[in-house]
Amino acid sequence: MNTLFDFPEFFTINIGQYVESFIKWLIHNYDFFFDAIKEGVLWFLLHARSVFMWFPWVGVIIIVFILGWKLISWKSGVTFAGLLFLIGAMGLWDEMMLTLSVVLVAVVIACLIGVPLGILIAYNSRFGAMVKPVLDAMQTMPSFVYLIPAIMLFGLGSVPAVFATVIYSTPPAIRLTSLAIKGVSKEMVEAGNAFGSTKWQILTKIELPQAFPTIMMGINQTTMMAMAMVVISSMIGAKGLGLNVLQAINRIDIGMGFEAGISIVFLAITIDRITQGIADKYKFPK
Amino acid sequence: MSAKIKVEKLTKIFGKRPKEILKRLKKNQSKEKIFKETGYTVGVKNVSFVVNEGEFFVIMGLSGSGKSTLIRCLNMLNKPSAGNIYVDGEDVVKYSPSQLREFRQKKAAMVFQNFGLFNHRTVLGNVEYGLEVRGMTQEERKIIALETIESVGLSGWENKYITELSGGMQQRVGLARALANNPDILLMDEPFSALDPLIRRDMQLELLDIQSKLKKTIVFITHDVNEAFKLGDRVAVMKDAEIVQIGEPEDILNNPSNSYIENFVRGTDRSKVLQAKHIMVKPNAMVNLKHGLKVAIKEMESNSISSVFVVDDNRKLEGIISIDSAIEAVKNKRTFREVLTQDYFTTDEETYMEELIPMAIDTKYPIAVINENRKLMGIIMRVSVLSGLIQDHSI
Ligand SMILES: Nc1ncnc2c1ncn2[C@@H]1O[C@H](COP(=O)(O)OP(=O)(O)OP(=O)(O)O)[C@@H](O)[C@H]1O
Ligand SMILES: [Mg+2]
Repeated sequence: MNTLFDFPEFFTINIGQYVESFIKWLIHNYDFFFDAIKEGVLWFLLHARSVFMWFPWVGVIIIVFILGWKLISWKSGVTFAGLLFLIGAMGLWDEMMLTLSVVLVAVVIACLIGVPLGILIAYNSRFGAMVKPVLDAMQTMPSFVYLIPAIMLFGLGSVPAVFATVIYSTPPAIRLTSLAIKGVSKEMVEAGNAFGSTKWQILTKIELPQAFPTIMMGINQTTMMAMAMVVISSMIGAKGLGLNVLQAINRIDIGMGFEAGISIVFLAITIDRITQGIADKYKFPK
Repeated sequence: MSAKIKVEKLTKIFGKRPKEILKRLKKNQSKEKIFKETGYTVGVKNVSFVVNEGEFFVIMGLSGSGKSTLIRCLNMLNKPSAGNIYVDGEDVVKYSPSQLREFRQKKAAMVFQNFGLFNHRTVLGNVEYGLEVRGMTQEERKIIALETIESVGLSGWENKYITELSGGMQQRVGLARALANNPDILLMDEPFSALDPLIRRDMQLELLDIQSKLKKTIVFITHDVNEAFKLGDRVAVMKDAEIVQIGEPEDILNNPSNSYIENFVRGTDRSKVLQAKHIMVKPNAMVNLKHGLKVAIKEMESNSISSVFVVDDNRKLEGIISIDSAIEAVKNKRTFREVLTQDYFTTDEETYMEELIPMAIDTKYPIAVINENRKLMGIIMRVSVLSGLIQDHSI
């Protein structure tokens, strides 16, 4: 009778072991591939970081003000500028810039992967059906889990942080791109065909411009998810605001934790509203 | 007249395996039966017709009769299940994808019922589209697009977005987008159905204008009989995926080949369809001015009419003379020219009967039909205009 209550031990399949050996096999055989990725991402990261760190803080605040003002309203512009100023006032300006560079690099990579994949899925529903469960898994898997293969493949530092962030944050870019492309009016595509467009012309001259506002919403969500990974990715060595939060946890330093935490919130709000603003700006009446 | 488009035994079946349905069609199974038993829709069934160069060819029929399916086959937006479509002698059905693209870019442009305009582009951007797709440089295509925009009366609106325009203006953009490509053939699927009646009338007149200037071959779809007869040089009537009659408007009007068409045509106002050229008769009596008054009197006498049109050597209309004034002139020794009157109406061949009615009521003479050189082409007896009115109501 016991066999019905306790799961039989002889029946265990060690799936974890398979995954582990798969990753090891990857590392062993595609070493050069991951090294190349690592080099590329690192190059991108360092450049982004040095640009961000070099940029005068006044310039950043002015740019944020102008974006907020042009895209939404002057009040929003003032608010965003004020939020960033507060982060600086808490002495976390450099940390913010480090965080921003990791997020930016991750989002750019996520879009470079996500938008073309989204287009492919929209064009090929069989491929879409195959990819969908993978996307679901990527989004529901606890994000800590990504840290392990990230470390195994890329070691410690910002590169694995970017890797984990990309995996976690790409799905919305894929999903909304495919949704947007599928939603383009059939009549417009047909008109494009009737005038003798190639498939590429239909995509670039009709579908992508039509889909742009929705794709921007996807990018907005991707950015927000990347922000959500900031603290987690600092566990494997990403510098920035996340690291401050971690240190505060270690030292049980409420003040420091609060400052770093609220800074992440401020930064997230600002990025969210600005990317949302871009999406709204290019929305045309149907 | 040479054939521009020649459609031969064209069939379009919607569904994955049309071959089996074709067999059923061969066995003369009806469209309904096929749909009931297989779920396949026969959109167009064994249709053949010819559209001549420069012709305004109208396809009319009730909703669901297969008009759109047919016109969309002409540029292969629908791939025919069987049959051939020859344009300038080449079979469009056999075109490779790149040949087809070139055909769509250069030879046949389409105007859509719901306009199908790009709302992410301005008016200019829309009109340029076809040229852009062809790979024309920006400067070149802008010049052409601006000219075309002007020709449809939208100058000054180039930089507006589509949503800022009224329906009528949007369809002008649709038309301009097609015309900018300078295609030989315009395919127009109910282009004016979404417009309100007044704007629709303007657009119809403008299209006729464009047609007479540019001499395009036009295939035009409508479910409105009046529109069909007003615009079409020839009209094809579709029913249940087949063409049931093809002919000139007045043929169809006067000899509907079956009760379906008769019903269709019943609602039409003849006076809006028939033109001067349809109801005029050859002037059996007319007098050359230089032959003199006596001949004129004889001519009237022998034809037992009380007035006669007077022309010169080239049959150019000089005036009209009545029997009374002719006799009086002979008595008082006045010249022919002195007693000629100009107290009659003239019209050209294209004028609709509608506009002739007030003239016919207002005059005691026949109406003279003349061409642009005042040459007398025919005359319209008052009775044929006015009796037509009564006939119309008794159909
Ligand atoms: N893509 C399609 N797939 C399946 N059936 C279709 C398709 N397009 C049209 N049909 C069917 O073919 C028949 C003819 O349709 P079509 O659109 O040609 O009619 P129509 O004469 O243009 O009518 P309307 O005046 O309403 O535009 C209809 O029964 C329609 O349901
Ligand atoms: Mg239709």
